[in-house]
Amino acid sequence: MHKSKRFFTYLFLSIISFVSIFPFLWMVISSTNKSVDVTGGRLLPGTHMMENFRKLLDTTDLQLSLVNSAKISITTTVLALLIASLAGYGFEVFKSRSKDIVFNILLLSMMIPFAAMMVPLYRMFANVSDTLPWMGIDTMTSVILPTVTTAFLIFFFRQSTKMFPKELLEAGRIDGLSELSIYLRIFIPTMKTTYAAAAIITFMSSWNNYLWPLIVLQSPETKTMPLLISILGSGYAPDFGMILIAIVIGTLPTALVFFLMQKQFVAGMTGSVK
Amino acid sequence: MSIRRKSVLTGWSFVLLSVVLIFIFYFYPMIQALIMSFQTGTGSNLEFTGLDNYKRLFSDAMFFTAVKNTFIYLLVQVPIMIVLALFISVLLNDKKLKFKGFFRTAIFLPCVTSLVAYAIVFKYLFAGNGLVNTFLLNLHLIDTPIGWITDPFWAKITIVIAITWRWTGYNMIFYLSALQNIDNSIYEAAKIDGASAVRQFFGITIPLLKPIILFTSITSTIGTLQLFDEVMNITKGGPGNSTLTISQYIYNLSFKYSADFGYAATVSYSIVIMIILLSFLQFKVAGDKNA
Repeated sequence: MHKSKRFFTYLFLSIISFVSIFPFLWMVISSTNKSVDVTGGRLLPGTHMMENFRKLLDTTDLQLSLVNSAKISITTTVLALLIASLAGYGFEVFKSRSKDIVFNILLLSMMIPFAAMMVPLYRMFANVSDTLPWMGIDTMTSVILPTVTTAFLIFFFRQSTKMFPKELLEAGRIDGLSELSIYLRIFIPTMKTTYAAAAIITFMSSWNNYLWPLIVLQSPETKTMPLLISILGSGYAPDFGMILIAIVIGTLPTALVFFLMQKQFVAGMTGSVK
Repeated sequence: MSIRRKSVLTGWSFVLLSVVLIFIFYFYPMIQALIMSFQTGTGSNLEFTGLDNYKRLFSDAMFFTAVKNTFIYLLVQVPIMIVLALFISVLLNDKKLKFKGFFRTAIFLPCVTSLVAYAIVFKYLFAGNGLVNTFLLNLHLIDTPIGWITDPFWAKITIVIAITWRWTGYNMIFYLSALQNIDNSIYEAAKIDGASAVRQFFGITIPLLKPIILFTSITSTIGTLQLFDEVMNITKGGPGNSTLTISQYIYNLSFKYSADFGYAATVSYSIVIMIILLSFLQFKVAGDKNA
């Protein structure tokens, strides 16, 4: 009785794991096959990976999209971490009643659906396009600005700051350090894992962002990876091998980040619900 | 200046940038959308027309199709996903289980992909001559290929399967971390009292996880009400609007049809109202004041 329960646990978890992994396997295997083999249901690796890759380079501006995505994601991550951690630290270390009210108002922004903001946001950026062309429609800035601070990230840093040893702050103050240098020279180095987790979460969501870039990035030179993949995928006569290698390449950065920093990622996810 | 006052001012300077940015990029657009929802016109030529858009909303068949579809996803997918994630996390929390790390990583892996990338992979897997149909035909489970993407009913099922695949692992992580915080002695005591595994699950695990279950159901509800990327890339809302979501309808109204920003804003406020009502309802159902 007990043994059979064990068996079904392993069987169930194996099936779920297989279903979770299979689309990845299929995508990687198919990226090495010819388009006809992909539709033919071939499940063995082929020899057409380089050919698919070359076709992708010829028909799309892959490098440009990769560079655009990288620029946007890295800039967003660095700025988001700085701004949100500063705020999370500020809300937790210097408490005051009025600031707590503001914090709760900020949390309300998590309830605002993006669909309700996208039209006014689009008009905002369209309106400044003439006077401030560097931040108007079709620019990196217009993609980055609306996502650079989120209430979730501030909340995340505030929660983590609760665990930060406050004696270190006092020690810094006694040594005569300014509040800003305490933050820069004591807080940031001590909270490395928190920053790592926040970086992973922010990088992933920025790299994978689709709807807002779809609206605001209109010319071919500004396309990001999800936009490129979406355009390839909606073609009428799809070259499956080529599209799947594009998807593999587009997934690689986030998959790598996840595998290299899995521990911090899980810690970050759990830290946010404690 | 007193030390206390100085500290308050320093505190404000630390949070100021975030507060300003969130007000500009979240609250200001919210208010703008509310104002626009009373305006009509194409592109930037908007003029006040009072409640016209709201009247139009109640006689707009396509809006109701989008709402109906979105609620079908919500009512079918969110419960399936939460039960599945809970079940998996309880199995994975077993101390004696082997290969725990592998199972956890494998089940979480879908969260790494971009919504666009996985949507396109699913579109191909579930195509008429795709691998899923080939597999089912070979196993003689079906005689003719299922129209996963071309049939109005199956297209919805495909979207539900896709979202479940992508998000179950994400919710599982929250449950796992909450389970690890439960003191094992509670279960030991229940075992001594002769409580079965099922009773322990409903008597201990579920009540203790209630705040997290509430949290995940609210975030999943908000996510589903905003569903866009998958539908856009798997079915484009078709066949015949049978998978169209509210977000996609707003996108179409603003950027695909004749740029009716005013009416799009009105539709977008329907999502705001639904999120508020549903979150309130979930709080009430959970009946937990501290959650």
